[in-house]
Amino acid sequence: MGKRFGATVALEGVDLEVGRGEVLALVGENGAGKSTLMKVLSGAHPPDAGSIWLDGAPYAPANPLEARRAGVAMIYQELSLAPHLSVEDNILLGMEPHRAGWIRSAEVRARAREALQRLGHEEIPPERRVDRLPVAAQQLVEIARALAVGCRVLVLDEPTSSLAQADVDRLFALIRQLKSQGLAIVYISHFLDEVKRVADRIAVLRDGRKVADEPAGRMDIAAMVARMVGREVRDWYPRSARPVGDVILTITDLAGIEKPAAASLELRRGEVVGLAGLLGAGRTELLRCVFGLDAVRRGQVRVGMAGGLGSPMRRWAQGVGMLSEDRKQEGLALSMSIADNITLTRLEGLGGGGWIWPRRQASAAREWIRRLDIRCRDTGQKVAALSGGNQQKVALARLLHHDVDILLLDEPTRGIDVAAKAMVYRLIDQLAAGDPSQGRKARAVLMVSSYLPELLGVCDRIAVMCRGRLGPARRREDVDEHALILEATRLEAGEDTNRHGE
Amino acid sequence: MVNDAAERPIRSGSGLRWREGLSRLAPFLGLIAIFVLFAAIGPESFRSARNLETIARQTAIVGMAALGMTLVILTGGIDLAVGSVVALGTVVIAIVLRRADAANLHWMAAAAAGAALAACAGCGWLSGWLITRLRVVPFIVTLGMMLVVRGAAKGLSHEQKIDAPETWLNDLLASLAADQRWMLVPPGVWLLLVLAVGMTLVLSYSRLGRHALAVGSNEQTARLCGVPVNRVKMWVYAMGGFFGGLAGVLQFSRLTVGDPTVAVGLELDVIAAVVIGGGSLAGGEGSIKGSLVGALIMSVIRSGCSQMGLSNWVQEIITGMIIITAVALDRFRHR
Repeated sequence: MGKRFGATVALEGVDLEVGRGEVLALVGENGAGKSTLMKVLSGAHPPDAGSIWLDGAPYAPANPLEARRAGVAMIYQELSLAPHLSVEDNILLGMEPHRAGWIRSAEVRARAREALQRLGHEEIPPERRVDRLPVAAQQLVEIARALAVGCRVLVLDEPTSSLAQADVDRLFALIRQLKSQGLAIVYISHFLDEVKRVADRIAVLRDGRKVADEPAGRMDIAAMVARMVGREVRDWYPRSARPVGDVILTITDLAGIEKPAAASLELRRGEVVGLAGLLGAGRTELLRCVFGLDAVRRGQVRVGMAGGLGSPMRRWAQGVGMLSEDRKQEGLALSMSIADNITLTRLEGLGGGGWIWPRRQASAAREWIRRLDIRCRDTGQKVAALSGGNQQKVALARLLHHDVDILLLDEPTRGIDVAAKAMVYRLIDQLAAGDPSQGRKARAVLMVSSYLPELLGVCDRIAVMCRGRLGPARRREDVDEHALILEATRLEAGEDTNRHGE
Repeated sequence: MVNDAAERPIRSGSGLRWREGLSRLAPFLGLIAIFVLFAAIGPESFRSARNLETIARQTAIVGMAALGMTLVILTGGIDLAVGSVVALGTVVIAIVLRRADAANLHWMAAAAAGAALAACAGCGWLSGWLITRLRVVPFIVTLGMMLVVRGAAKGLSHEQKIDAPETWLNDLLASLAADQRWMLVPPGVWLLLVLAVGMTLVLSYSRLGRHALAVGSNEQTARLCGVPVNRVKMWVYAMGGFFGGLAGVLQFSRLTVGDPTVAVGLELDVIAAVVIGGGSLAGGEGSIKGSLVGALIMSVIRSGCSQMGLSNWVQEIITGMIIITAVALDRFRHR
């Protein structure tokens, strides 16, 4: 059994093979091309070039259903079950044994039992509604469903990110068992210790290319990290002299409903602090808790002298601004104009008594358009019509217009072009440095990024978040990419009861 | 310890099941509570057999349409055209009956009902076709169909009530004569009960029912698993129209004429019945039993209030509050 892939934009000439009874692990940093590969495999994206062969026959699924019929099943991070249906109905969904349209319940039960037995998990009651099961059991149901349709290749995408340690162990036992039953398994994970434990062979992707493909025994974690990182670091991060001032934001043992689990941090004026970690580690949730968007279970946030938890409204009033990672859904009102978006949080001074003077609003917006070099027709243009980079500048201009002291930036350079990135880096530097000659105070920046070179280039200190827990913020000089990746992908035992127990 | 942590949530099912059962019974308990309340504070006449029969008759039309609506709402859709479909049904029956000669009225009545059902199911099928082909949300398509069908009914009847000769159709929902008391409730109500049992079986044991539930629960997963999502939706809306047509037959039985302006706003009563009975407009939740109980709750309130001499507006305020309370309680249980 073999697979060959050709070039897409995010993938360039990746060749991969996986055999029966083999576990192939795919590792790589965020954006290395893993998810694109998954989409090609599942039929969500056709490959631009190259081909895939399954058991000697060409395999070109047009959609996920065809992929499933051909025997390639995906288990995603986000489970895809019908929550209102029972376990057995989910397992046999779309292929219920029936006579003239009436389902043969006894056979459904029997076949569901058989599939669960093959997994060695008879304890899952087939009649129970799926949304009443714990996550780990739901995942097993999904695997059982894949087995019931007779899948030959099982692709697991970050299967352990929402599992407790005990469940991870059981999953690994299951993977070994399925392997011995002759399934080919592709295992995609950020957690390198796990990969090491479960894989027979490890392939490393970087920037859309395969940079390593070796038996697991011949590649240790350090080697994996070296292959994942190995890119040139471009020097385009400006860094003015940034004298560090007073503490302006203090986070003490903050915990959200699920994430973060525990986070403590101090942020000073004139400082840029980065939050590194994997997707889903809880970095975004930390920012949201600080900003009052997510509920806080425990801990404190202190802005300047003011303690207590806050709502987004209160935070804006305190001079805290947040840039959402989801520009289109949350960060901007796409159908509103540039001027409306920039002035949304601070309409004061644009007219009296609750009225907005379009001319004043436009002139305020024009100032930011000039200073941030936003490419647009005029201030009344809808934000939806702008490019990603210019949209991001509009979102940043809102924080500047509000004149915030603390900027919470979530993936500020996601999906924007190189020139806009350089602009964002320059802006962050200027904001943190301040400009006493013009009476501008130094601001503080707390920024999340999944792109490590960026964090190392922009930040003064970097803290790593791993499974909801925030590590200590270390000075940039004291860390490097290796150390950060290792800390972010560490699989710690013993902390899981906490997450599971909620 | 390892096993304990992982298996505990699976085994501790009895508590969950108890709550689940309670949540399923909630509409029924509500019905009993409201009935007992009116029986206690209302006049003697509320408890009379005659009044109970009236309640059953009044529930029949909404209940019949709710059988189809439950299925539609289960898939996460909605059908706003039901009221218009009912009116169309009465008009079609009257038009066919008017052309009949007295000799074979029996058969012509059956043919008239059949024609009405076919027309109404066709309307539902058209809704389903538009929803799946044009990929417009059900709310908009059926909002449009509500006007289209209402207009068609008015056009067919030249905007007038159509008189029709008397046939057995009129007995379906008529109050029972003294010598028919053994039936307890009129035949139309019995028809509703039989079809309700049938639909419950369809929901639980047929592929269509299972697939409808899967579509409402998680449409993408259903598609991934090879459920013919579009075909399921067309069937579901066609059945919604069919039961709308049956509601039209019952409506005709009460009116004895074809009236293109009847049942305006009926769709909201039907949706309310499904929602009070535990249906979720997000799809995946709802039951035939619950919807019938929901319809009963509304007619008990209506009957109780009128027996106590309360005005129409009081009934409307109470019914509105019941709808909001029922759904709020449901959200509360699910948290």
